[in-house]
Amino acid sequence: MTAMQIVFILTAVVTLFAAFRVVTTPNMIHAALWLIVALFGVAVFYILLSASFLAVAQVIVYIGAIAILMMFVIMLTRREMRDRGPQTGPQWKWAAILSALLFGGLVWMVESMALPAAPVGDVPESSIADLGKALVSPNGFVIPFEVASVLLLAALIGAVYVAWTRRNS
Amino acid sequence: MNSWLYIGIFVALSLFFPALLAVLGWFLGPRRPNPVKTDTYECGLETVGETWVQFKIQYYLFALVFLIFDVELVFLYPWAVAYHSLPLYAVAEGVIFIVLLAAALVYAWRKGALTWS
Amino acid sequence: MGILSQPIGVIAEWLRNLFLGWGLSEGLTTVLLYLIGAGVLATLVQVWVIFLIWFERKIIGRFQDRLGPNRVGPYGLLQPFADLIKIITKEVIIPREADKAVYLLGPIIMDAGVLAIWAVIPLMPMVGMDLNVAALYTIAVGAFATLGILMSGWASNNKFALLSAFRTVAQMVSYEVPTVLALLIPVLLAGTMSLQGIVEAQHVWYIVFAPLAFLIYFIASVAEVGRTPFDLLEAESEIVAGFHIEYSGMVFAIFYVGDFLHAFTIGALGAVLFLGGWRGPGAETYPLLGLLYLWIKAFLVYFLVVWARGTLPRVRIDQMMDFSWKFLTPLALILLVVAAVLDHFVMGFGVWGRALSHFAANVVIAVLTLRYLDHQDKVRESKRKMVAQPGQYPVARPPVPVETSTEAAS
Repeated sequence: MTAMQIVFILTAVVTLFAAFRVVTTPNMIHAALWLIVALFGVAVFYILLSASFLAVAQVIVYIGAIAILMMFVIMLTRREMRDRGPQTGPQWKWAAILSALLFGGLVWMVESMALPAAPVGDVPESSIADLGKALVSPNGFVIPFEVASVLLLAALIGAVYVAWTRRNS
Repeated sequence: MNSWLYIGIFVALSLFFPALLAVLGWFLGPRRPNPVKTDTYECGLETVGETWVQFKIQYYLFALVFLIFDVELVFLYPWAVAYHSLPLYAVAEGVIFIVLLAAALVYAWRKGALTWS
Repeated sequence: MGILSQPIGVIAEWLRNLFLGWGLSEGLTTVLLYLIGAGVLATLVQVWVIFLIWFERKIIGRFQDRLGPNRVGPYGLLQPFADLIKIITKEVIIPREADKAVYLLGPIIMDAGVLAIWAVIPLMPMVGMDLNVAALYTIAVGAFATLGILMSGWASNNKFALLSAFRTVAQMVSYEVPTVLALLIPVLLAGTMSLQGIVEAQHVWYIVFAPLAFLIYFIASVAEVGRTPFDLLEAESEIVAGFHIEYSGMVFAIFYVGDFLHAFTIGALGAVLFLGGWRGPGAETYPLLGLLYLWIKAFLVYFLVVWARGTLPRVRIDQMMDFSWKFLTPLALILLVVAAVLDHFVMGFGVWGRALSHFAANVVIAVLTLRYLDHQDKVRESKRKMVAQPGQYPVARPPVPVETSTEAAS
């Protein structure tokens, strides 16, 4: 058991537990906070894969912007922040059987796949610079790069439009 | 990986120190709760109404505009790091990206999404 | 490798040999060494905050033409210790309806978000850990500080705390955009996100390259910390202490300490990014001198923060938001585009050539901005003159003819 494996297993357990609590806790703010724990777990996975830039990007965008936006929305629109009633629906037994079957099937599929045994290769020092070059090189991802900015522009216009009509109504 | 190990240890410590302070304060201070002390503070009066806040769309709009810009900035950092080995057209592509974003800012500005009323 | 030329290296080697001699494995030794290093740094930083509190109170006192604390100990130096003892023995009153877990986690996460920044600040040349995404890491942990505030405000179960927490988060989030934009400029100039790399690339300090970027970063960081002139949300006369209304005793002290530490941390970050960090005469041969230079520079920027606090009045929240979105962000975007385009053409000019051409560009932008603001002011003034003034058109009614007034008089 190398140290990386221990860290991976710990992080996986924490992330899965947090994801489980997101859907089972009746208090919505607690659900948002557990979601933040799960997102942080994903960031730790990125670190374990030597993708440091993705890890900080995950924290900045998901935790620093999206989670805060979600918490704003929850706090502003819900008068009562607890779910009332039971947390399980009437058909939960069938759902449990189905998900157990799906889980078993996925585990069997992964086990029977021939995964490479070699560890992940060493990440070069200049990985972020390489990413930057790839983002703007014509043989690389320049079109998705520019389209992403157009997409963000469209998202902003859409959001402002929706919120604006809401404000006028 | 070693630097992240150090960071991880440092972050754990930086969570530990305030927690230690809080525990210290909890034990060193007296604990005499009574109904008046544990009441919610509202300028010295009894609380009126439920504890929820009026929905003002400004909060949501500002957070949303911030989200858009945050994602954009995350795209710009690799470009900035690779800057020195980029030819001119690559710099121009980055500038186009920024200009499109500035257009988004101007749109939000003109539509009044950035006013706090 | 004498102790003066490589202090941390020598101590680390000695400790490492000690631990290996005790029979601990290689990995465990590394972890222990990191733990000791991190622990020492975190403790020193926390202790330094106590001195900072004294310093700030004295300086604010002087700005306000009074002495500041001077009774407890010589020059009031023991005042923060007295405050610490007092606050640690006060009762921690948790409101009845508060969400206890979130209530207690809020200040811890906020303080952790500030302390964790110190993991990446390059204290000395060639020391230790060089994270290759350090610049963004500082922003990422700043996000946790914001989260801590939101949690504290909500968990207090108090309308005012919640409202103030929303406004604080809106403020911090609005000023994060100019901060990250201004941070992009040293990263662009140095070609790396690692803070140690940025310091090493500053043969000429980046404040010469981009004084406007330093200004934007400084102002936006002051707003992120929530200090005057942007301390609307903690002001006693406004929303009654803001998101930490319901906190008392040591948990309040955690917020207080976090606030001061954050102010000094942005001083340290400003020094690293724009003032050359540990650079100075003799810093490469004697790393401890580098530490001294960094501390002096950080202190200088911190003094600017305190100076702003003692001098400037508070801004209103809508003025604050406008300032960020409608002034700082466009200015930062323009600065970024100009710096990016310019640097490509002047890259071959040698260090001082680059620096001066960027400086000239900054001056041009600053002059144009000031003229634009002047123009805006004039437009606003001329609009104001349209309101009725005696004897001047347009007024609500035309002037009354002279005969009517003599009739009324007689």
